[in-house]
Amino acid sequence: MSSSGQKRGHVEQSQAGRFLRRDRVFNFLIPDVVDRLDVSDPVLLYLEDVNVAFDGFKAINNLNFYVDSGELRCLIGANGAGKTTMMDIITGKTRPDSGTVRFGRNVDLLDLSESQIARAGIGRKFQKPTVFEKLSVFENLELAMADDKSVWNTLHCKLNSEQQDRIATVALTVGLPEQLGQLGGKLSHGQKQWLEIGMLLMQEPLLLLVDEPVAGMTHQEMDKTGELLLSLAGTHTVVVVEHDMEFVRSIANRVTVLHQGSVLAEGQMDDIAQNEEVRRVYLGE
Amino acid sequence: MNYSSRPVSILDRWIVVAIILCLIAVPIMNQVLPSSHALHLGVFNVTQLGKFLCLALLALSVDLVWGYLGILSLGHGAFFALGGYAMGMYLMRQIGSRGVYGNPDLPDFMVFLNWQELPWFWTGMEHFPIAMIMVVLAPGLLAFLFGWFAFRSRVNGVYLSIITQAMTFALMLAFYRNEMGFGGNNGLTDFKDILGFSLQSDTTRIGLFLCSGIALLISYFICQKLTRSRAGRVAQAIRDAESRTRFIGFNVENYKLWLFTFSAMLAGIAGALYVPQAGIINPREMAPLGSIEIVIWVALGGRGTLYGPIIGALIVNYAKSWFTVAFPEFWIFALGALFVVSTLFLPRGITGLLQRRSDQ
Amino acid sequence: MKLLKRCCQGTIIVVRLPDLISRFAELIFRCVALVMLILMCAPAQAQDNWEDSPLQQLSAELTSKKNDIKLRAIDQLAASESEHRARWLSALLEGELYVEKSTKRIVVAERQGKVFVLTNPDDGSDVGEAGRRDVAKLKINNAIRVKLRSILSTFDLQHPDAEKRLSSVSQLVGKIDSAAVPRIRELMATESDDRVVESMRLLVSIHDLSDGTDEQRQQALAYADGNLNNDLINALRTLSVSGETEQVRVLATDLVQQADVKRALYAKVETLFFGISLGSVLVVAAIGLAITFGVMGVINMAHGELIMLGAYTTYFVQQLLPNAIQYSLIIAIPAAFLVSGTVGILIERLVIRHLYGRPLETLLATFGISLMLQQSVRTFVSSQNIAVINPTWMSGSWVINPALSFTMNRLIIIGFCLVVFAALLLLFSRSGFGLQMRAVAQNRQMARAMGIRSSRIDALTFGLGSGIAGIAGVALSQLGNVGPNLGQNYIIDSFMVVVFGGVGNLWGTLVAGMTLGIANKIAEPWAGAVMAKILILVSIILFIQRKPRGLFPQRGRAVED
Repeated sequence: MSSSGQKRGHVEQSQAGRFLRRDRVFNFLIPDVVDRLDVSDPVLLYLEDVNVAFDGFKAINNLNFYVDSGELRCLIGANGAGKTTMMDIITGKTRPDSGTVRFGRNVDLLDLSESQIARAGIGRKFQKPTVFEKLSVFENLELAMADDKSVWNTLHCKLNSEQQDRIATVALTVGLPEQLGQLGGKLSHGQKQWLEIGMLLMQEPLLLLVDEPVAGMTHQEMDKTGELLLSLAGTHTVVVVEHDMEFVRSIANRVTVLHQGSVLAEGQMDDIAQNEEVRRVYLGE
Repeated sequence: MNYSSRPVSILDRWIVVAIILCLIAVPIMNQVLPSSHALHLGVFNVTQLGKFLCLALLALSVDLVWGYLGILSLGHGAFFALGGYAMGMYLMRQIGSRGVYGNPDLPDFMVFLNWQELPWFWTGMEHFPIAMIMVVLAPGLLAFLFGWFAFRSRVNGVYLSIITQAMTFALMLAFYRNEMGFGGNNGLTDFKDILGFSLQSDTTRIGLFLCSGIALLISYFICQKLTRSRAGRVAQAIRDAESRTRFIGFNVENYKLWLFTFSAMLAGIAGALYVPQAGIINPREMAPLGSIEIVIWVALGGRGTLYGPIIGALIVNYAKSWFTVAFPEFWIFALGALFVVSTLFLPRGITGLLQRRSDQ
Repeated sequence: MKLLKRCCQGTIIVVRLPDLISRFAELIFRCVALVMLILMCAPAQAQDNWEDSPLQQLSAELTSKKNDIKLRAIDQLAASESEHRARWLSALLEGELYVEKSTKRIVVAERQGKVFVLTNPDDGSDVGEAGRRDVAKLKINNAIRVKLRSILSTFDLQHPDAEKRLSSVSQLVGKIDSAAVPRIRELMATESDDRVVESMRLLVSIHDLSDGTDEQRQQALAYADGNLNNDLINALRTLSVSGETEQVRVLATDLVQQADVKRALYAKVETLFFGISLGSVLVVAAIGLAITFGVMGVINMAHGELIMLGAYTTYFVQQLLPNAIQYSLIIAIPAAFLVSGTVGILIERLVIRHLYGRPLETLLATFGISLMLQQSVRTFVSSQNIAVINPTWMSGSWVINPALSFTMNRLIIIGFCLVVFAALLLLFSRSGFGLQMRAVAQNRQMARAMGIRSSRIDALTFGLGSGIAGIAGVALSQLGNVGPNLGQNYIIDSFMVVVFGGVGNLWGTLVAGMTLGIANKIAEPWAGAVMAKILILVSIILFIQRKPRGLFPQRGRAVED
């Protein structure tokens, strides 16, 4: 399922093209096994020459974005700069008009569906917390858990003690040990955010995409979140989108600034803060 | 520790008890009690209840995909009818030479159309096992194909419901044609016996009644197990937040496809048990209105509960049989009003009302 | 004893014989005298005025039972120079000619109650009355009927009114007697009206192809080139087989082939026309649905019944104004809009508003309303179809050539639908209301934040969509049967249009409706009406694979959520 780095067009074109290729079997005959992730390269995530336009408006414009394995990267930029769209592209919610998106050396994310991308090891926490309102906190975490997610398995699997412990641990980490039996919909906004972070942790992804994790949180909660994210870096790769500059400063190592769909500047927090253009466009004088 | 979100209801258990009691009591009330006894049940009532139990199973199948998966199927009548036709074909072949035209191989309507031999899709239908396989295979296959195309393209919500209507409508139009080989608009009827037992005899009718009840019970247990498993929770997650479920890593299309197919098979079984008790199967069973009626049974009973649809189906069908005798003109009016009232005032159905009372 | 009686009787006769003979002879003589008297008087009776009419004498043979004698009598009547011959022959054709049994005179008799009122066939003047048994109808058979018609037509060939001449010639095309053709040729030279000349030339050419001289035939063949008249082409076909020379046969065959190709082409155009006609109706029927779905996300299952209410409104308008049928449609259009629109607003206020955000429940609730509306009409009006009258200005057709004609009612309805569409387009793009509707459709929250009262827009939008459904009902009442099930017949099609065309854009509905209408009509002759419908349903299901939201979906980030 690897590509040779050629540019991809619309979904329709690539799907049609797929049927005409002589050197491959039809996709639906190929078992759904994501290639063993090749992380021999330090770079975990590649976005190259990505372009996306919505009804004429160019949301992503020749974007080149690389994330090293184990990094904790912060992504900042004004509203409409394309941060969420970029995440949409990585997780498969939106298809780019052109460009390459690779995970590791050999997994072409544009070839995969959202669920396949999630199973490949990319987890996302959304801007608006979207937990499952009618299921309990425990069940939310259980569903997110990294396990065989096929229909057959979920029909007759039972939680073993190891998995139960894991859920309990994560619930503790995100501060919801008392609320395990409560319905997701009954949680406060902040608690929902935490639950969503918990679900992200349960997925045990290699790459975490965290979209505005501290919106609406108190300072203590912010600190807690910052600590959590920092602890994840190293064994996991984390990309954090945030507006809150204080929070960004507290956790950031490398920072990427997105503006009008492409990378405006990239570097250490201090350098970015000094950058003329960045100040003019985003940070203010 | 139980951290389950599943609402606990005594009806879960009581519905099973009620059905079992029925299955025991009704044959007694029919066979043992003399006709003069106040509690005696005529054979007509036994068969009627048997048919309604099949319809309850049909309602159960719709609840599975609507209450738990969030797919409002307005075309389940098609699956019900396909199962019914499979059984009907078997029963037709059992008639043998006792038909009007006396042809041992060809059913009457084929002789009438001057056909010389059985069409290919009738081969083997005289054998009970094959017919039973077709009872689940035919609706299952249709559901699978339909679902394959519909779910893969991510059609959702009202669009999907309309497409299911179109599916059953198209199927109905096709089956109305005599050339299809299913009896045209007269359908299949004049059945004589099943597995050697005459369909007219009381014992056969009681037997069919019992089969319907048992099928309902077994299906109820299976559906319970299904909805209480993690797969059931995934289904509910899909219903409430489909996108999010995808991003967690579940292949939503697969879940929809398999649950939809399973539900269609249940509907097919319901149809197969219904037909020998009704004595006829014709394309009217595939009419769009019929499929929408099923939804009302589920909505009125309380969707997403499994026991609600059973109760809803029984109530509405008993009401219908009463109305169409007492005030025939008024029945459609009452049905329409039922739709409006249950969606406006009973969003959780009748059992939802009971639930709320018990919560308070 | 008996023998004795017999002998006695016989003896009496023998004895009285001479007496009997003389008496008998006297009787006979008296009868003969009477008859001779009558015979001598009969001519005297025929001296009465109207029985002088020469046609009376000619018509005497009409009373014969033999058809060939009758035909001869008719020929003689036709050949006579009398100015009344047309009246006589018409009366005979209409079955109004009777013979008085006693007098053998031919009269025109009209039954009034128990008697017949008799009039003079020449001029219609009153002659008297007769009982039912006193007159016998002069019967004719079909062959005679055909001949009479043909003869009567030729009488009109020199009628002062050009229309009458034209219609008389047209009636003769393909049916005329060979003997009458030279007459037509003569008249052609002096005929002033072009249309009549053209018709005459057609008539003559058809005859000449088979029975004319070589020169006449060549002229006829030249005339036939490019002409699509059915009778002419049939004559060519016959000629292509039975023509005397090879050259003639080949030429005829060529001309027939050319004509067939052209006719096939025109048949396609006609199919297209029917498709556009159906499509235009589908567009107006579905556009209300598309609007409500686009703005409110609500699929209104009662939409079909709102169409039906519009058709029934037309019926009631016609019932209320029986003398103004010509204006009934003009009045019915706004009336239907109001009726259906009001019902729509009621539905929205009473039911739909309370189900906001629950599209599937709304679908079910509106389905219940549709059942109730259907049953109400069945109970309070009638469960049978009702008769809606087509005003005369909608009947007739626009004839392009013999192979292609467009019926007026369909043409008018196509135009009407396009006008409605254009009006809606203007409403959406130019009016304030349209702007608000579009805003609410694209991003409800934002629209509300800007001060638009979304619930009021909802009600008005639903009213608009329903009103348009009512107007569609008016159009449909002119095209087909109207009954309580009218809505059900169009609801599935309307859904297909919405699903296919998408709800982002009115053009989507137009394209989808037209496409489905044309596709339906093209598939129909090839696969039958039922299969065509099935095929189209299946194709739409497959089309949805590619474009789940239709051709022109609603765009924008807000919609995705």
